[in-house]
Amino acid sequence: MDLGALFGSFDNFASFTVGGLVFGAIYALIALGYTMVYGVLQLINFAHSEVFMFGTFAVAWIFVLLHGTSDVSWSLGKALPILLVAFVAAMIVSALVALLLERVAYRPLIQKNAPKLIALISAIGASFALSEAMGLRDRFAGWFGLDHKLSNYVSPGAARDVYSNPVSIQPHKLFEIGGYAVSDVDIVIIVAALLMMFALDQFVRRTRFGRGIRAVAQDPESASLMGVNSTRVVQVTFLIGGLMAGAAATLYMMKIGSTRQNAGFILGVKAFTAAVMGGIGNLRGALLGGLLLGIMENWGAAVFGSEWRDVVAFVLLVLILLVRPSGLLGEALGKARA
Amino acid sequence: MLLEVEGLCVNYGHIEAIRDISFGVEEGTITTLIGANGAGKTTTLKTISGLRPVRAGRIVFDGTDITHLPPYERVKMGLSQSPEGRGCFPGMTVRENLDMGAFVRKDTRTPAYQQDLDRVFDLFPRLSERVNQMAGTMSGGEQQMLAMGRALMARPKVVLLDEPSMGLAPKLIAQIFAIIDEIRAQGTTVLLVEQNAAQALKRSDSAHILETGRIIRSGPGRDLAGDASVKAAYLGGDV
Ligand SMILES: Nc1ncnc2c1ncn2[C@@H]1O[C@H](COP(=O)(O)OP(=O)(O)OP(=O)(O)O)[C@@H](O)[C@H]1O
Ligand SMILES: [Mg+2]
Repeated sequence: MDLGALFGSFDNFASFTVGGLVFGAIYALIALGYTMVYGVLQLINFAHSEVFMFGTFAVAWIFVLLHGTSDVSWSLGKALPILLVAFVAAMIVSALVALLLERVAYRPLIQKNAPKLIALISAIGASFALSEAMGLRDRFAGWFGLDHKLSNYVSPGAARDVYSNPVSIQPHKLFEIGGYAVSDVDIVIIVAALLMMFALDQFVRRTRFGRGIRAVAQDPESASLMGVNSTRVVQVTFLIGGLMAGAAATLYMMKIGSTRQNAGFILGVKAFTAAVMGGIGNLRGALLGGLLLGIMENWGAAVFGSEWRDVVAFVLLVLILLVRPSGLLGEALGKARA
Repeated sequence: MLLEVEGLCVNYGHIEAIRDISFGVEEGTITTLIGANGAGKTTTLKTISGLRPVRAGRIVFDGTDITHLPPYERVKMGLSQSPEGRGCFPGMTVRENLDMGAFVRKDTRTPAYQQDLDRVFDLFPRLSERVNQMAGTMSGGEQQMLAMGRALMARPKVVLLDEPSMGLAPKLIAQIFAIIDEIRAQGTTVLLVEQNAAQALKRSDSAHILETGRIIRSGPGRDLAGDASVKAAYLGGDV
């Protein structure tokens, strides 16, 4: 089969591939949160999508705080100082939401040894609660007398509508691959995501605490007998997932520039898919799954039309799981056995 | 007494796994618990390590009441365990497993730490040949050695060994018991659970027989080993 003909021209093929990589990098960062928590607790943190969503709002809030509410279009260089602050703020906000989730939605159940299914229901409930809490933000603002100050950049009358970053970042073309203009924004997203993942991988592999995390993932009872504080490990796992989701949120806002109270849902589902595809519980699997998913769904959209993008993603997932039931790389953090 | 258990009761739901268990472990000795399957031996060790909540009674270790301390605090105090079924970390190498044993130690870059590693490799030469092998790919006997070596890496005051000879060939069993003697000779107190009652009792300073969650007999290991009714019930008749 001639791929070039399928995609119309090779130019489009390259552009869909690079575009897919950029989104794939963001999926991969979010996927790390699912995969880490699953590795340690064998639990799907359904509310992780909301951890990401809060991060995107933190980015927009920082821009409002440091720039104001007038709509402008800046180059990456000009936005960079505020962007760095937003990056840190989003990581902090997402990490705090993740820690809150652990404390409120999971720890009480884990301590009672509740079945995983109950924890999943609790997670779904927490996900709705967090999402609706964000939907109510204007009412909260009203209680503090802030609504008129915020009204400029909240779309008129509709609290739940799209919430745009007042500063939109204008990508600047650096070079071209097969007709696709690779921008500075694309490069920053891919490089930042890879660096974050590399740092995390090294942390888990090389440090004492990282070894403790792997021990809990492989045998929680033995880990306790070695003197690992498993409550602390679970906390740090959520914390790391939150930090990564906050980073992903910043990169997402650089690329997309707007968010909404349910923005986490579809990205969360995609990232979860990426995690399963790569082998849930496996950090490197999350990277591979994320990048692959980003590229494949873009190709799928190119071949079948963009309305089929998400369908392609899931068909791909099912096909991969049929051939490799534990995902592309298996469960390394968790139950890796030869 | 280095370790003292007083009136310990532990439940699984409504099932009483152990009832009113009391015994002590003198420093520098080997103390053994024997008993039929399901008697409550593993439960007793897990409770001493803090993995099971106590319904009644108390545990005193090194003069401190540890009944409600989390497991990691007990490890820090010098209480270490090689659990039933070994519990090696399958996705870690032999060396990483040994390092996990020393998780609570802060001196992992010192010569003292290297000495402790060497000591474990002396006891179990097989481990030194396999430092980079994944624990999950090792044979059952090798994993048992790893689990014991790992428990020693914490430099414990007392080490709890839950059926270290389980599933091993007779020659290897004899080796494991020789190593237990060696561990005690090097100054570590041992609390041992064993199905190989004859071998275990022979070298125990004191021993306790559990039956359906209670201690029904206690005494020096040699006395129990020589007792006719104990022989009939637990030693298959010949010691
Ligand atoms: N997690 C658990 N949930 C429910 N009951 C349990 C659990 N663990 C142990 N029990 C029960 O508690 C009792 C004591 O079990 P324990 O494992 O302590 O026995 P044991 O003396 O170590 O036996 P074995 O020689 O077979 O290892 C048994 O009746 C067992 O069925
Ligand atoms: Mg047992």
